[in-house]
Amino acid sequence: MLQQLFKFKGGVKPDTNKTPSVQLPIGIAPLPALLIVPLHQSIGGMPNPLVEAGQRVLKGQRIGGPDKWVSSAVHAPTSGTVLAVEERIAAHPSGLPTLSVVIEPDGRDEWIERTPLDHTALEPERVREILRDSGVVGLGGAVFPSHAKLAPAKSVPMEDLVINGAECEPYMTCDDMLMRERPEEIVRGIGIFRDLLQPQRVLIGIEDNKPEAVAAMQAAVHRLGESYAVVAVPTRYPAGGAKQLIRVLTGKEVPASKRSPEMGVQCFNVATAYTAWRAIAHGEPVLSRIVTLTGNVEQPRNWEVLLGTPLKDLVALGQPRPDTNRYLMGGPMMGFEMPSLEAPIVKASNCIIAGSPALFPPAPPEMPCIRCGACAEACPHELQPFEMYWFSRAKNFGKTQEYNIFDCIECGCCSYVCPSRIPLVQYFRFAKSEIWSRERDKNMADAAKARFELRNERDEREKAEKAARLAKAAAAKAAEKKAAPEAGKETAAADSPVDAEAAKKAAIAAAMERARVQREGAQPKNTDGLTVAQRKEIAEIEARRVPLQPEQQTAFDAENAENAEAQSSRREKQ
Amino acid sequence: MNFNTPPYLTQNVSVQHVMLQVLAALLPGIAVYVWLIGPVVVVQIAITTAASLLAEAFMLRLLNKPLGLFLGDGSAIVTAWLIALAFPPLAPWWLLVVGALFAIIVAKHLYGGLGQNPFNPAMIAFAVCIVSFPALMSQWPPVDLPSGVLDHLALVFGYSPRIDAMSGATPLDTLKTALKLGDGSASVASVMADAHTYGYFAGKGWEWVGAAYLLGGLWLWQRRIISWHAPAGFVGGMALLAGGLWLWNPGQFANPVFHLFSGGSMLGAWFIVTDPVSGCTTVKGKLIFGLAAGALAYVIRVFGGYPDGVAFAVLLLNICVPLIDLYTQPPIFGMKGKP
Repeated sequence: MLQQLFKFKGGVKPDTNKTPSVQLPIGIAPLPALLIVPLHQSIGGMPNPLVEAGQRVLKGQRIGGPDKWVSSAVHAPTSGTVLAVEERIAAHPSGLPTLSVVIEPDGRDEWIERTPLDHTALEPERVREILRDSGVVGLGGAVFPSHAKLAPAKSVPMEDLVINGAECEPYMTCDDMLMRERPEEIVRGIGIFRDLLQPQRVLIGIEDNKPEAVAAMQAAVHRLGESYAVVAVPTRYPAGGAKQLIRVLTGKEVPASKRSPEMGVQCFNVATAYTAWRAIAHGEPVLSRIVTLTGNVEQPRNWEVLLGTPLKDLVALGQPRPDTNRYLMGGPMMGFEMPSLEAPIVKASNCIIAGSPALFPPAPPEMPCIRCGACAEACPHELQPFEMYWFSRAKNFGKTQEYNIFDCIECGCCSYVCPSRIPLVQYFRFAKSEIWSRERDKNMADAAKARFELRNERDEREKAEKAARLAKAAAAKAAEKKAAPEAGKETAAADSPVDAEAAKKAAIAAAMERARVQREGAQPKNTDGLTVAQRKEIAEIEARRVPLQPEQQTAFDAENAENAEAQSSRREKQ
Repeated sequence: MNFNTPPYLTQNVSVQHVMLQVLAALLPGIAVYVWLIGPVVVVQIAITTAASLLAEAFMLRLLNKPLGLFLGDGSAIVTAWLIALAFPPLAPWWLLVVGALFAIIVAKHLYGGLGQNPFNPAMIAFAVCIVSFPALMSQWPPVDLPSGVLDHLALVFGYSPRIDAMSGATPLDTLKTALKLGDGSASVASVMADAHTYGYFAGKGWEWVGAAYLLGGLWLWQRRIISWHAPAGFVGGMALLAGGLWLWNPGQFANPVFHLFSGGSMLGAWFIVTDPVSGCTTVKGKLIFGLAAGALAYVIRVFGGYPDGVAFAVLLLNICVPLIDLYTQPPIFGMKGKP
């Protein structure tokens, strides 16, 4: 079958530099002395720690539980002892610490009990749950929890399932090697996605600079009797961007304002399909990933690396050359510099490039923009980067939004072609984060205002109601007085004062009960992202509070909590 | 901003690289010009370049900008060469210096320097000088100039009087004057029959200078330094207007090819309206900018009082650039055919 291909505008063609790292098969990285497994390895929620220091864990044991739907579990990559659950430096350019489980492997690599399942025998909802609890996330680098992408849109039929094996970033070959060596498991994993989404067709897109991967995938698809189309797409960065690959394979352009299922298409990385298959059919959660180690090293190669392996242990395998001055995680176009050799390999770490001044020379000084428009020509989202740059620089963020800054995928094509060497992507990130923080501030102020207004309204209403009640009572009393001499005997008997008292008491008790339930149901919202020490402190305070708390105080507490929340939101703003 | 930010790869391009290619693309035109007029053209270019670089250095020092970085970017040299090529070849040296100083100091740096100027500096220089010194800016030598390079230099440096024999009008101006001042009997055909002034398809000799600019422009396009839209718009705008009038009355209006290869048409089409800083940036905008500039240049040179209209047309269009750009924004990815 001949697949019609579409073009996306823009894009660039940097040297791919992929050959050095595909000379050797995927190696299994040795067990490091220490594993530092961050709990937050995917987009979405912050998984809760499920283990404590001193506890023994087995390989595959869940150590971080998903805290909400868009969140994903984290597991012990090998058996051993938990040394600590503490803040450790993250695989993030900021180098900020993140809550991590530090495990000392015992070398026995002892598994939990694994239960292989047949996904066709399971409810779709159950399959999604297993994927979430197995920590299956997008391994192309975006690490979006896969189960959350596996529900078709209700109103639009799912037409195309796009499987991304394009791997357009230079230097990176982890997907290439995975497709060459383990194509059958990828194809079987795609079967799980297909069964959940029920698309009309499945398209596997691979850049045409990987003929071995294309052939291996084609053979596997054929062997397993599937009807998937394995399509070689022209090599042009960023053809591996989900939206670009969807465009190339289906002709559909998914705008920033839409999710792809709304246009009847969904996209997964090949490595994600592979881990989905391992999770369902072998009961193995995501414990490792293929990482390309390349660049300024003597031995470029792909390694299957346990998540949590410190960077220094991995790079040692490649024998970095003496002039190596930094390590990039991800490709040279969209990756970032690892903050430390202590930072761990995580689910997003598809590639580690050893950099040297010769390989990535320092950029020459930034010149003024000459509006040559090379960036606009290179932009795969057909934006006007120079206009966005102009307004970002002027901090005219409203204008940057008019020029669709939020459609920017930060692929770096604009910076790549800029003759004035302007770090355009940095300007756009700055503008975006400024806009976000302003929006957050505004939302918080709006919420506080709404709360204040609601409360004022309630006070007014209660005052009015009270006044009405009093007036009514006074009127009733007056009427009673008038009526009493005539026919007051029967009514007095019916409305006994004892009954009224009891009803009042019951009403008070009911109100207190309601307040108690409400208090228990109310979660303070300022406890996200706390350090371990802070969490412990809060727990201690709570423990002290409970016996001191007389029940009558509940009503006041509810109000105090509200005030405290308002205060804390004000503090956060500062 | 530091270099520790993605992307870590960049294409091997720079502002200097872009400017040097523009200069290279001017070389064929300059070569033909020298063959036509003589080495005095090179002297004029040197004078203007020196003046421009000095003015640039002075302004950079004044504004506390890094001297080496900006002086080396080549943008001042491009401006200088365009001024030298747009001015009459035997103009006195100080006229070129005035043009260069005005272009660099006022049109470029007072507006914010490289990348910030709303008007094309070379065209500002031309406009300022033709308004201030109309006679000097209208004296173009006949192509079969008898005298040698020393005589030319004596003229340029003011040692000999500017006699009429050394200065005339351009083929464009000659045609316009003949058609206007004549008793009505003169037609385009009769005027252009003068083989002393007119060549195969435009002004004698000058037509080859235009052709050489065209060659350089095509090379720039092939190198992807410029896009085809603005030049195509310019050529199209001028050709449409000239062609329409020529078809209507070939006796009074010269054919479009004559206009495209006369005066500053080719220099304007490939080296002036393609200036990214003062021109439009969107595809549609570039077409509109080129079209309007080409048509306006024709109107000014045929119906107006100046021998050529490219400079004024470009400057008038420069004013409209923000408006044109605003209304010609292309739809972005995923939003085609949607409001």
